[in-house]
Amino acid sequence: MTSANEFILSDLPDGFRGIVARVTGGRDLAARLAAMGLTAGTQIVVLQNRGFGPMLACVRDTRIALGRSQAGLVTVYECPTAAN
Amino acid sequence: MPRPLVIGLAGQPNVGKSTVFSILTGLTAEVGNWPGRTIERREGSARIGGREFHVVDLPGTYSLTSNSEEERIAREFILRERPDVIIMLADAAALERNLYLLAELLLLPIPVVLGVNMVDVARREGVEFDAHVLEAALGLPVVPMVASRNEGVAELLQAAAAVADGQRDYAPDRPEIAAAHREVYEEVCTLVAGAVPEGVPDSWVALKLLEGDREVTERAAEWLAPEPRARVQALLREHEDAVLDVAGARYEWIGRMVRAAVRRPKLGQVSFTDRFDRIATHPGWGLALLLGVFALVFWVTFSVAGPVQGWLEEGVVARVATGLGALLGGAPAWVQGLVIDGLLAGAGIVVTFVPILFVFYLALGFLEDTGYQSRMAYVMDRFMHGIGLHGKSFLPLFLGFGCNVPAVMGSRVIESRPARLLTIMLAPFVPCSARLLVLAFLVPLFFPAFPTLVAWSLVVANLLVLVLIGVLLDRFVFRRERLAFVMEMPLYHLPNPRTILVYAATNVWTFIKRAATIIVVVSMVIWVLVSYPGAGVDDSYLAMFGRSLEPVGSLLGLDWRLIVATLSSFVAKENSIAALGIIFGSEGESLGQTLAMVITPAAALSFLVVNMLFVPCVATVAAIRAETRSWGWTLASAGLMLASALLFGLLVYRLALLFGLGGAGA
Repeated sequence: MTSANEFILSDLPDGFRGIVARVTGGRDLAARLAAMGLTAGTQIVVLQNRGFGPMLACVRDTRIALGRSQAGLVTVYECPTAAN
Repeated sequence: MPRPLVIGLAGQPNVGKSTVFSILTGLTAEVGNWPGRTIERREGSARIGGREFHVVDLPGTYSLTSNSEEERIAREFILRERPDVIIMLADAAALERNLYLLAELLLLPIPVVLGVNMVDVARREGVEFDAHVLEAALGLPVVPMVASRNEGVAELLQAAAAVADGQRDYAPDRPEIAAAHREVYEEVCTLVAGAVPEGVPDSWVALKLLEGDREVTERAAEWLAPEPRARVQALLREHEDAVLDVAGARYEWIGRMVRAAVRRPKLGQVSFTDRFDRIATHPGWGLALLLGVFALVFWVTFSVAGPVQGWLEEGVVARVATGLGALLGGAPAWVQGLVIDGLLAGAGIVVTFVPILFVFYLALGFLEDTGYQSRMAYVMDRFMHGIGLHGKSFLPLFLGFGCNVPAVMGSRVIESRPARLLTIMLAPFVPCSARLLVLAFLVPLFFPAFPTLVAWSLVVANLLVLVLIGVLLDRFVFRRERLAFVMEMPLYHLPNPRTILVYAATNVWTFIKRAATIIVVVSMVIWVLVSYPGAGVDDSYLAMFGRSLEPVGSLLGLDWRLIVATLSSFVAKENSIAALGIIFGSEGESLGQTLAMVITPAAALSFLVVNMLFVPCVATVAAIRAETRSWGWTLASAGLMLASALLFGLLVYRLALLFGLGGAGA
């Protein structure tokens, strides 16, 4: 699904809640992230993104550290019911 | 009596598997290697209710695809060695992600029992779960546990035995492939049926093929006849997207399994982990914390282990020497010399290392068990990029503080070869425990007024050299490369004293085993080289060789004795102390007094710098050869270290002379 509300994970600020749209950049990265809980359709929360260095995100109760370039391969769309 | 039940202990990383393993096996645990690999294999026996168990600890893995060595080992063990039962441990606070491994294990032909660990931590995080509901959904035994308080461990083992004996129902609900790929999956199943070796399920091979698993894809090409092979390859090309579907279907299955079993009564609370991570993962505070933690580790090592070391030296080693002297009173002089001045001098100093090593490993075990270690990798990631590496290289390099051998071997967690080579080249620059022990032993003798400051500065300087070498290698030898940094940050939890003790004891024991063999032999050889052919040390073989190198050594302030001590560190880093002990000990006073009298502070600094950077020990060289599979890289590593040792030794010595540290006495 493509929409105007899609963002690159590495551009998102602390506290942003969204849904993972897809992981690009090859099967290996997608498989590794999937085994750690990061798959398309999962809710994701940005825990820490300082605009440089690695970032922290939370999926399925798991805090994952992602290098800046890996975070650049994850697309996220805005969660319409992101009340809490 | 029935034969022992063989149990494979599986689980994702950070689920408390080591704690459960040490509770189960206690002192029976043995550490070896997986056949043909360098990854540790730990196994031991347990006994509950008169029943004997043989427990094999599998490497912690998130899944069972062939992405990493650990994953291949875990699935090979299950398929080839066929344990009776697999016990899988899961983290109650992240149950969904943990059950991904269960979804994979259930495809293999061995029954699985699930232990859900750390239910106390999960409760604090606002996650409640009902074991009975989950058990009913999964169709296999589920045991809630708090392994750190030894709760649920016995029940878990009993459940495993009951499943193996057929006394407990085992009818697991297994994930199915999504409808979109069911047809192609069934066709692949039919095509591989019969061609797959005995004991490997067709359905598992078919699924792994659809997932694009490299190892299975390669093997299947050998198993299949040309015609079905071509058909399978065509199908896989058509359905390259199946991997995401397979993962998606697993999480959908997991969602169904946990829906009724997991509740979250409290939402939106800020957990301890999130609060502490505001400091621990902060670019500035996190780094300050990391440096503080390092400083604390060294301070504890010096102030707690130092006195114990002194006591061992005076109260134990000296007494044994006196006793042996009396015992060997009638023996020829060369026997007395070889045993007391060679064997005991070497072994005795090794024994006095134990307290320092033990305290050091207690600290490392504590950092690992609390979950702080991965924050170190996170905080260090951006700095590692500067030298062409990422945060993950920090862990193997950090292991290097224990021993460079696991640091070199730990580099295999890094996926790309240039980055792995770079990590291997840098690993020997990390001051290993043996070198830190040399520091811990010699610095207080050379600089009794401020040992912690000098040792701390030397370690920082050593790490700066590492960074410099890394930058140069990255710039001029390896092309800058982008690397995947993906890592779990586990929840913080209270460390388990038992796990940490076992960790420290295992590492210290490894050191002692090594010391007992190589170091004592070298110590004796050095005694021979020092005692013959002439009457005094000055006329010995070693002195001759050392003197021939003195023209170079004198530039760095090293006389032949210090050169000889440095050379002896090639076999094992801690040998340089044994050598000093023998060479200077023959003058009848304590080593500390002799060293302080004979060696100027400038020469002492130069000696310490040279020893920290000198050619890696023989075990590390062997590991580098094994990991790089190249003598070229191995020699390059040794040459690089030697050059750095000479260069920085020279630099430090000349600077120290400028600052007037050339006089006698510190």
